[in-house]
Parts: sequence; structure tokens; C-alpha cells
Amino acid sequence: MKQRAKRVVVAMSGGVDSSVAAALLLRAGFDVVGMMMRLWSDPAMGGAAHNRCCTPTQMSDARRIADQLGIPFYVLDTQEVFRGEVVQFFIDGHRNGHTPNPCLECNRRIRFEWLLNHALALDADYLATGHYARLTADAAGGWRLRRGVDQNKDQSYVLSVLGQAQLSRAMFPVGDYPKARVRQLAAELGLDVAGRQDSQDLCFLGKGDYRDFLRLHAPDVMQAGPIVATSGEVLGEHNGLANYTIGQRKGLGLSYREPLYVLATNPLRNALIVGTRDQLGRDWLRAESVNWIGGAPPDPQFRAQVKIRYRAQPQPAEVVVPSADSFEVRFDEPQRDITPGQAAVVYVGDTCLGGGIIAKFS
Amino acid sequence: MRERRQVYLDYSASTPVDARVLQAMLPYFGDVYGNSSSAHQVGGAAERAVEGARERVAAILHCRAAEVVFTGGGSESDNLAIRGAGWRSRQLGGSNRLITSPVEHSAVTQTIRQMDSLMGFEAEFVPVGRSGLVDAAAFEQACQRGGAVASLIYANNELGSINDLARLSRIARRQGIPFHSDAVQAGGQLTLDVDALGVDMLSLSAHKFYGPKGVGILYIRDGIDLASAITGGGHEQGQRAGTHNTAGIVGLAKALELAHDENAERSRHFSSLRDRLVAGVLQGISGAELSGHPERRLPSHASFVLPGIDANGLLMHLDMWGIAASSGSACKVGDPAPSEILLAVGYSPAAAKCGLRLSVGTGTTTSDIDYVVDVLADAAKKLRNLYSQEPVREME
Repeated sequence: MKQRAKRVVVAMSGGVDSSVAAALLLRAGFDVVGMMMRLWSDPAMGGAAHNRCCTPTQMSDARRIADQLGIPFYVLDTQEVFRGEVVQFFIDGHRNGHTPNPCLECNRRIRFEWLLNHALALDADYLATGHYARLTADAAGGWRLRRGVDQNKDQSYVLSVLGQAQLSRAMFPVGDYPKARVRQLAAELGLDVAGRQDSQDLCFLGKGDYRDFLRLHAPDVMQAGPIVATSGEVLGEHNGLANYTIGQRKGLGLSYREPLYVLATNPLRNALIVGTRDQLGRDWLRAESVNWIGGAPPDPQFRAQVKIRYRAQPQPAEVVVPSADSFEVRFDEPQRDITPGQAAVVYVGDTCLGGGIIAKFS
Repeated sequence: MRERRQVYLDYSASTPVDARVLQAMLPYFGDVYGNSSSAHQVGGAAERAVEGARERVAAILHCRAAEVVFTGGGSESDNLAIRGAGWRSRQLGGSNRLITSPVEHSAVTQTIRQMDSLMGFEAEFVPVGRSGLVDAAAFEQACQRGGAVASLIYANNELGSINDLARLSRIARRQGIPFHSDAVQAGGQLTLDVDALGVDMLSLSAHKFYGPKGVGILYIRDGIDLASAITGGGHEQGQRAGTHNTAGIVGLAKALELAHDENAERSRHFSSLRDRLVAGVLQGISGAELSGHPERRLPSHASFVLPGIDANGLLMHLDMWGIAASSGSACKVGDPAPSEILLAVGYSPAAAKCGLRLSVGTGTTTSDIDYVVDVLADAAKKLRNLYSQEPVREME
């Protein structure tokens, strides 16, 4: 009797990357099943799926690709768990004066827990996504997460929350290719996705940006408060801490003898702390809620490159690990936008070692 | 390891066309292509086919051929009956009330809701019991206040339960209210003798009894006066304009005849498989409950509520194993709502997302049933484990 092909569930979005991922796996002989998660439909926006991730168009695009590939395709109702785990995390983060990245939480709790468990229950062996990242088995039988071949598209940052159990079940088929090659593969495979734009911004937002979303869903985090200089002098009023990001200069509405930048927030006083350009740079941070992909840090102290937001470049630094659940980073050069709530993700070469949530900086 | 196979247990959604029905239809896609309304001989051949079909249908319904209107299917028949009766009553200054139940097919429910919200009619929903059967006393009370039309389903599509039409139609008739029934699920399985049932109007659809899709019947008792809801060239005594679907009508008549002639053996076949399925599911899945009436139900129809097992997830598992089934809360775009039918008969919103309908047909075998019971029990276990939050199992 012929051995059963390994089954892979592909999280499909109707876009280029996950469609090509599905096609590549099919070509490699896997038993491929397409799934799409219905994450959100905003009742405040009329009940329909006026969000960006799972609109009727994207669902029918994904279904059409699945039909074209001849694979089964299912849409799973993920709304309740997504609201509870990810949207709530996003709102709570802002409530604490942080700027959270919900994509990491979504990968941890939704894709590589909820969806992976659904895939395993369906007798799948693996869950594949269209992320730009690579997996390599190391000699000891563990899995290393590596940056995608396309440095501009690399998404290992948002996967830094995964552990060995998840990675042993994960596949990232497009991580081995530059984006241009992935588009070319889509054309070669005859997949009708060429016109699709890359997804931008948070998937559950409607027409506006995250500020509009918070105004609608958590108006309490958008309360006006004082804008304060490092000297303690009150310079003006802000219209909600979530409207500002660290390092921001424009839009403060202040007149002062030199340009002012957002340095930090004080959520207890609902205060926005501003200062001059020379006060901006910070070279130390402490990260908590840490995940080491290999299960532990390589050493109590080591040289690494650390990335402090999704779009930042990794920067050389010394990493110190004082406890199992935290690490500290001393950058070689000051960074102007270290932001509490964002993830600090640690790389050695192109290997992602893990990361944690920025709790403090100075 | 179980071998995957294809098992279709969704005959209540649609049936394949019987080979004999297809044979009967084929000439009307070829040589006999005329328009049945045309005066020439080419049209005459089509007209003879349509009128012959009408007589054969009338013989089974125990009515006159002139009382049979061919339509584009069950939903269309329901629309013609309810709109036609409502509008005529309005025209004659009669009652505005549309009496129905909360567990009708959406072709009835949505028509009545629209007439209520847009056209000034007044919808009245008569309560039903846990099995989905209409409460006769409550129906009688509703009828005492008069009505333009009453519409009650014969056999429920989601629950399989069979209403006592003879009794209910007598109640409506006593108050002079035209009585319509959607018999789409019952067609091909239960008696369609319109005198025994006492109905004034009856909707049928061919594809539920091994006939083609897109063709149905509305029986209209002589003396029941309907305003036309599809106006045009005056076909079908002015009740349904549009050139006849000759092949479809011939196929419908053939399929209905076969169902009638073979009724005893089909019923035996269906009910023995259905009983085996019900026993297997109730035994194989803890907490499983048969929904609808335990005895007064369609021979082909089994429906369950499987607490804690979300229907969408279950249908996905079944589909992966090649099994076609359905649920009143199923949704292709991931936004399932609780089944309105299960809610109406008193299930909780959570339970109303856990309905499963399995319906057997002429092609079903006992080994199909055993396979489905096995897959179901296994899938139920996996889904329940899933919801109890097992950690991710590492790949060896």
C-alpha cells in the first residue's frame, strides 16, 4: 500500500504569498488543504466584513485559487477567539500606554495555536503560511528560525513568539525566495493573483487607521492629557496617548524655541513626555514576556543584532539575560524610537533567537 | 487505517437525476424543441408533452390537470401561492393576515416577512413544539381572527418532522382561509393526495425526488383565486408566465411517477438505513440528541444536535473524509449563525450551532452508513478534544 502523503494545511488569504505557498507544496507532493480564518467583522461598521483581512473579495479570491489548485478549502469562524486574544490584547496594551504589535500575538495565539490545533485535529502534519522566513533543522534535532531570503520582506520578527513545538509543525514555503521570484512563480503557475497589493497595516482595521479603531472600540484610551517637558513644565495638551509614537515630531501642536519630539509616555498621569532632539536617543532596553525559540538563550550574555520594530533594521548590541523571563539590550548606538509594547527581537546572523516585549528603556 | 470514500448523505438538499428520468427528458433537448404555445405542429409536439405530464402529475395528486401549474421550482411555487393569495385578498378587501409557523422554509418565511414589512400585510407566526410540529390549538386560535392565507410546511427540511396537514387544513377551511403547504421535502416520499391532505395549494420541486433542478409544481385547488405574481404571456392559466421548460416538466412527471410506483420499497430502504444511522450516531457520540420528531418524520431524514460540536467544524471534517452532509447553521464564509429553526423550537443559541442533518437516498448502502457513523464518532472526539485546549503536539 502506498504511504499516505503528509497533509499540510495552508493558511490562505487569497494573496500572492499564501497562494504560491499552497501551489509549491502541492507540486512537492503534499496533501494540501486550504483554510482561511474569519477573524473579524465589525458590528460597529455595519456588521459586514469591513476589515482588511477577510473581506468577501479575499474569501472568494482564496476559494478561486483553491479551486484552481484542486484542493479543499474551508473558512473557519475565528471571530470569538480573535476578539478575545488579539483585539483585546491590542486595546489593553494601549490602555497601559504601550504600542503593542497584535500580529505577534495573532501568530502566537491564533495561527500557531488555534489554527494549528484545528489543522492537527484534521489529521494534518503541518501548518504552512505565506510568511517570509525559513526553518532549518539543527544537528541536535531542534528547529532554527531564520530570516527570509528577501531581506526587505523578512517576517521572522512576527514569528519570534513561536517555540519548538510550533516550528516542528510549521512550513514557510516562500521564505526561500525573493518576493519578485514569488510573483514570477505565481505567473508561471497561472495563479490569478498578480494584481493583488501586499497587505498593509493591521488586518482588523476598517477604513481608518488604528486611532479611529481605538476611538470606536476603546474611547477611554483616547483621553486628552498634558504634554510635559522633561523639566516638568506643561507645554500643552495632547488628545490621547495612542495618537503619538515615540520619536514623533510632527503634529504636536506646540510652539517652542527648537523642534520637540515625543520621548515617552506616562500612562499613570496620562502625560506625553517631549524633549529636544539631543534628548531623543536611548541605548538600553529591558524586554519581558520573553520567548527563546531554542528554549533558552545561547549564553547569559552575548553579542547580537536586535530589531525593535517590524520595519526597523536589526542593530548591533550586547544582550544580557538576568532571568528566564526577561533580557536587557545595550545598543552600540543610541536608538531614537524604542517603544514600550513593541517586540525586541534578537538575531545572531540570520537566525532569529527569539524576543520579548519592551517594558523599559533609558 | 480507514479508506476514504465518497458518501453523499445530503439527499434532502438535492438528489441526482434518475437515469430513467434523464432518458425521458432527452428528446426534449433535441428533436422536440418547439415552443408549447406556438400554433404550428412543431410547437404542438411540445404542448402534447407538457399536457401529458400535467395529466400524469394530476393522477398522483388526485386532482384535475387544470389544477396543476408548472413552475421554476419550490421557492417560486411558494412565492406564487402566498403573494397570489395575499394580493387577491387585498384586492377584494379581505384579511391582511398571513398565518405561518416559525420553522418554514425561507421561501415562505422571507416572502411573508417582506409582505409584512413592505406591503402592509401582517405576519403571524403560530408557535411550534420542540419537534417543530405546529400546535393545532394555537393554529385554530390564529385562524379565528381570519387570514388571507395560511402556509404550513408538510415535512420540515431541517427537522424532518411531518405536520398533520389533514387536521390543520380542516381548521383553516372552517375559517375560510386558503391553506398552502410547502411539500418540497415530502415530495416523492409521503402521500400527495390533495383531497386526503385537504390542502388548497401545494408546492413541489422535482430535484428533491430524483428529477431535474429548476422545475416545480404549484397545485391550486379549483375555486382558489390567486392574483398572478409572474405576469406575461398568460401561460399556466395566467398563474406563471414564461415558456414551458418542456424537458424539465417531462422529467418532473417521470420522476414523480417513479417515486409513486416505487414508494413502498424506497420507504423501506430509506427508513432501515435511517434507523441504522440514528442508532449508530446516538450510540457513538455521547450527548447526541435526535432533533425533530422521533417517529413522525421523513423516512430518509435524520437530524441531530451534537452538543459541543460546532457544525461548521464537523462538516469540514466530514468533507475531508468524502462525506456530504449539512447543517442549518452552515456558512461558507466563516460567519455561521445559530439555526433559526433550532432556535424556534427551543434550543439554546450554542446548541443551535451544533445541528447536523444526514439524509439518505436510493444510492445509499449500509456500508456507507457504517462508514459515516465511524467517521462521525472519530471527528466528534477530535473536535471535543480541540475545544478542551490540548497543547500542540510536537512533530516526531
